[in-house]
Amino acid sequence: MIQQIAVFLENKEGRAGDCCKVLKDAGVNLYSLSIADTKEFGILRVIADDNEKALAALKAAGFLSTIVDLIGVEVPHTSGALADILIALENGGVNVEYMYSFAGTDNHAQIAFKTGTPEKAIAALKAVGATVL
Amino acid sequence: MQYFQKEIETMSKADKRALQSERLVKMVKYVYENQKPYRAKMDAIKLKPSDIKSIDDIYKLPYTVKQDLRDAYPFGMMARPRKDLVRLHASSATTGKLTVAGYTQNDIDVWGDCAARSLVMAGADKDSVIHVAYGYGLFTGGLGMHYGGEHLGAVVVPASAGNTQKQIQLISDFGADIICCTPSYIIYLTEEIERLGLKIGTDIKLKGGVFGAEAWSEGMRADIERRLGIRACDIYGLSEIAGPGVACDCQFKTGMHFQDDHFYPEIVDVNTLEPLPMGESGELVITTLTKEGMPLIRYRTRDIASLNDDPCPCGRTSVKLNKITGRSDDMLIIRGVNVFPSQIESVLLKDENITPNYHINVDRVNNLDTMEIVVELSPNVKVDEVAHVEEIRKKLAANMASALSVSAKITLVTPGTVARSEGKAKRITDNRKL
Repeated sequence: MIQQIAVFLENKEGRAGDCCKVLKDAGVNLYSLSIADTKEFGILRVIADDNEKALAALKAAGFLSTIVDLIGVEVPHTSGALADILIALENGGVNVEYMYSFAGTDNHAQIAFKTGTPEKAIAALKAVGATVL
Repeated sequence: MQYFQKEIETMSKADKRALQSERLVKMVKYVYENQKPYRAKMDAIKLKPSDIKSIDDIYKLPYTVKQDLRDAYPFGMMARPRKDLVRLHASSATTGKLTVAGYTQNDIDVWGDCAARSLVMAGADKDSVIHVAYGYGLFTGGLGMHYGGEHLGAVVVPASAGNTQKQIQLISDFGADIICCTPSYIIYLTEEIERLGLKIGTDIKLKGGVFGAEAWSEGMRADIERRLGIRACDIYGLSEIAGPGVACDCQFKTGMHFQDDHFYPEIVDVNTLEPLPMGESGELVITTLTKEGMPLIRYRTRDIASLNDDPCPCGRTSVKLNKITGRSDDMLIIRGVNVFPSQIESVLLKDENITPNYHINVDRVNNLDTMEIVVELSPNVKVDEVAHVEEIRKKLAANMASALSVSAKITLVTPGTVARSEGKAKRITDNRKL
């Protein structure tokens, strides 16, 4: 399991920038960043080198933020590899709420996803020989 | 038809004054004997009914406020036993409790007279087809104008609110010449009529309308009159006193003719409650002079307005109420519905996903009122999914709509970002340009 921080942002100019500045000032390094947005608000999701420190800094700056457990999985840099992983999850009856990729290596991409049934997801991934982070 | 009740509507000032005095003296005796809250209020200031000898003594009487009605909920303010009442109306009060008004048959008849006088001011007569597109129900608009039309002897079409296409068909097919609804709804109807390409004068034969229950401007009036080719009259009423018909414009628009043989208006200073001279702006206070079911003495309406006593070319001699310019409390009127911020607060307090801090933004878009309630998410709520935030928002919007009887857009923001202020928070921004 890996951890991410989710931050609620109202759709106002500069909110995402303010948020990143707080993390910069806290000396936190980001591995990943993704935003889910609607017309009125967005949810910024980051994975940092020190999530506890990042969370404390964000909360102190007034951001509505929370730590969420995600499942990370390595996906080889080959065509169709992500599809195979998703098929395995689907066959295992695992529902993926959202997913995004984050910094990987030369040979592998890294995918993080949220599910309501992490145990089932890990079992399904291990069954097809995937590397769970 | 020039007047509905000529003798009263054109009565000389002196005769009117005498009539008001006679009625007030009787009324004060009646409330003292039949309404416990008034007996208590008068006893508290050692005022006896016999101290009120004419209308000039009205300033001696204690005020009545909405809280008095809430304290007496539901029937403590009635002057008559239930067997004598024939109707109850109610409107929203500040914290979800309703303000109830009970009417006897005579009260309904008096109200019908006043509504009929108003319809005549808009150009109605016995041959009229009166289309009532106010909502029918606890709200007084629909039934008030309905009985007014029947009192007049006209044909009333009780269309009620909603279903605009059908409304237009009825107006056209039945040949309605008079319409009653909110000002924003007549604008909406007009747009639909124009969109359908119906011809004013042939397909649509309207010649007058009474519009009330929400604020509107002279600009809106001119727009309605020009586009529909009608006489657009402003009508005033409030369920505690009587619904629409307490006052209404005639064709000369010199102010709304106040039916001051039944309802006596005063304007008082909002802070000192001292009566103000004619023409000055303050809070409108009304005393019912003939009501039986639930008479009210010096009821503070919270509406800010002024009176004028200039002669009107129509020949009516009543005092006139100038346009309502605001409220002395924080009540908002959204699409004709009374909304108190305290109602919003009580919904917010029940929802654990949010804090009780809020800000209301009111605007008018395409002639329709819009209300946005900006609310903070609770610091304890954990959100990482868009769907979760949407769920919180939708649940709150549904609860709010059911509590307020009018929909509001909910905007969720980060905790701590809704402005706090010392003392009385400035929670409302009203951008309606009227």
